[in-house]
Amino acid sequence: MKRSAAYPYLAWLAVFTIIPLILVLYYAFTSVSDGAVKFSPDNFVRAFEPMYLIVMWRSFVLALAATAICFLIGYPAAYILARKVGEKKSTLLFLLLVPMWMNFLLRTYSWLTILERNGIINNALFALGLPKMDLLYTREAVVLGMVYNFLSFMILPIYTALSKIDASLIEAAQDLGAGKMNVFFRVIFPLSLPGVVSGVTMVFLPAITTFVIPNLLGGGKDALIGSLIEQQFLRVGDWRFGSAVSVVIMGLIVIAMSLFYAVDSDEGEGGLF
Amino acid sequence: MKLRMMAIMAIAASALLSGCQGSDDSKRLYVYNWGEYLDESLIGEFERQTGIKIIYETFATNEDMYTKISAGGSNYDVIFPSDYMVEKMIKEGMLEKIDFSGLPNFENVGDRFKNLGYDPGGEYSVPYMYGTLGILYNKTMVDEPVDSWDILWDEKYARQIFMYDSMRDAFAPALIRLGYSINTTDLEELEEAKRSLIAQKPLVQAYVGDMGRDKMIGGEGALSLTYSGDAYLSMLENPDLDYAAPKEGGNVWFDAMAIPKGARNKTGAEAFINFLCDGEVALKNTIYIGYSTVNMKAFEELPESMRESPVYWPSDDVYETCDVFLDLGDFIKEYDRAWTEILVG
Repeated sequence: MKRSAAYPYLAWLAVFTIIPLILVLYYAFTSVSDGAVKFSPDNFVRAFEPMYLIVMWRSFVLALAATAICFLIGYPAAYILARKVGEKKSTLLFLLLVPMWMNFLLRTYSWLTILERNGIINNALFALGLPKMDLLYTREAVVLGMVYNFLSFMILPIYTALSKIDASLIEAAQDLGAGKMNVFFRVIFPLSLPGVVSGVTMVFLPAITTFVIPNLLGGGKDALIGSLIEQQFLRVGDWRFGSAVSVVIMGLIVIAMSLFYAVDSDEGEGGLF
Repeated sequence: MKLRMMAIMAIAASALLSGCQGSDDSKRLYVYNWGEYLDESLIGEFERQTGIKIIYETFATNEDMYTKISAGGSNYDVIFPSDYMVEKMIKEGMLEKIDFSGLPNFENVGDRFKNLGYDPGGEYSVPYMYGTLGILYNKTMVDEPVDSWDILWDEKYARQIFMYDSMRDAFAPALIRLGYSINTTDLEELEEAKRSLIAQKPLVQAYVGDMGRDKMIGGEGALSLTYSGDAYLSMLENPDLDYAAPKEGGNVWFDAMAIPKGARNKTGAEAFINFLCDGEVALKNTIYIGYSTVNMKAFEELPESMRESPVYWPSDDVYETCDVFLDLGDFIKEYDRAWTEILVG
């Protein structure tokens, strides 16, 4: 293909990624005093106040929990899916994809009906003579919402990685006397790691910045990073502080992800021997 | 080469974007209103009467509207900002003065709704709808009289209380209980209100926006900080609900009509505002929306059930105790800081 075919993409990248990013950096590193715009670290000094560190830490922990649960559910699901053949496989894949066609907000709203006080679960408990529970507006509900919404982002890349594994490698391992556990942990799992890496990335990133899920299922009771940024832009009109928080969280994500990739590539190499 | 190509693409893109704006035309009127905030059959009526074509768009919050207009590039002729937003936009020179000679129907607007704090001279805005901030409660869950904000701090109702997730609204009852103004810019007073809201937090089931209405209709909570318009609509759907405007006073809010600077069809905008101030039109509109009208001619035509309802029409006594929200300028950042502390705590 000609190189010029990439120009529309470059233009797209410039208009919708690079320019906005430059604007965010510009706002983050400037402040207004006496009507003049000046370079200043003030916004970052504020972003590192203990209160905002707690907000970031909390978002990090919740996103991590959601990612871990997605992995624990998603890996076996992808594994089962990859081993199925023929019509069963396409049916299962179809079932996995159908919920994603529905609007994200709608899917999240439906959890309200399930979890609320007069909701489906509590009514069932009540019918059984059990006391009602506060399920909605808890941190657990927030994690549940994240897992529910982002699970397929974990399953699909792992599934793809698993499907691509050459069956002869597994046969070779078995011929050489490896037991089931050995085959899985020394052949299959290491070969599926690229899928795990993209799965974790695709779950963790939206989970740490979402503000819709904590608002709807958490009752807005925890300040999380996504809602903090939303608040700065839409309610306070403090674009500079909002940009600074965005830059800090971008930095933290880059650090966390590169640590994760570093650990992953070490393990990947170790697995080959 | 690459750079030149990108420059060409950028120019092409900007030409495309600016090409979207139509030419100056006195037969078109761009209206920017809240969602579900106009009986849309009235648009056709206006178009038939005047021959002016309305292009109608909606927004969800004042801040969305403000952000879009201050970013430039939009060309609305009539907008519907709330009180504090009118004040902010006047301060920032974003509104045109209205020529009231084109608004004979303005005389239908009640005197108590004219020249309010957010637009003291009454030159930039015409009130549209209004309401009070109070408590929506479920009569099957609350059997004491509700007449004070204190009930939102009563431990009996732990996890049964809904508060607004917008900070100015959430701070209002806390400030009033402490005897302070809802427009305070005193850091000490704000701190005290913050401590009071932190103490209240364990009792709160959730901080919600519009969803609070559905929650109260569904019997999910006993008490909810609610605007009268929303309360009125909720009570129609669930007869167990009732509304109280607390005796300590509260907030009265207005949504107004205004013309942004740079409007291309100012005469048409004034004609539209005048049209909405017509008695018959305002009557149809208030019945459709369910919010209280400022139009006395429409009010007189309302069914008695609405006229006598304290939700729909607060008495003069109640009205007198209420304040409008004013724009706090940069002090809003202190509210934001305090609000984050409440949510972190």
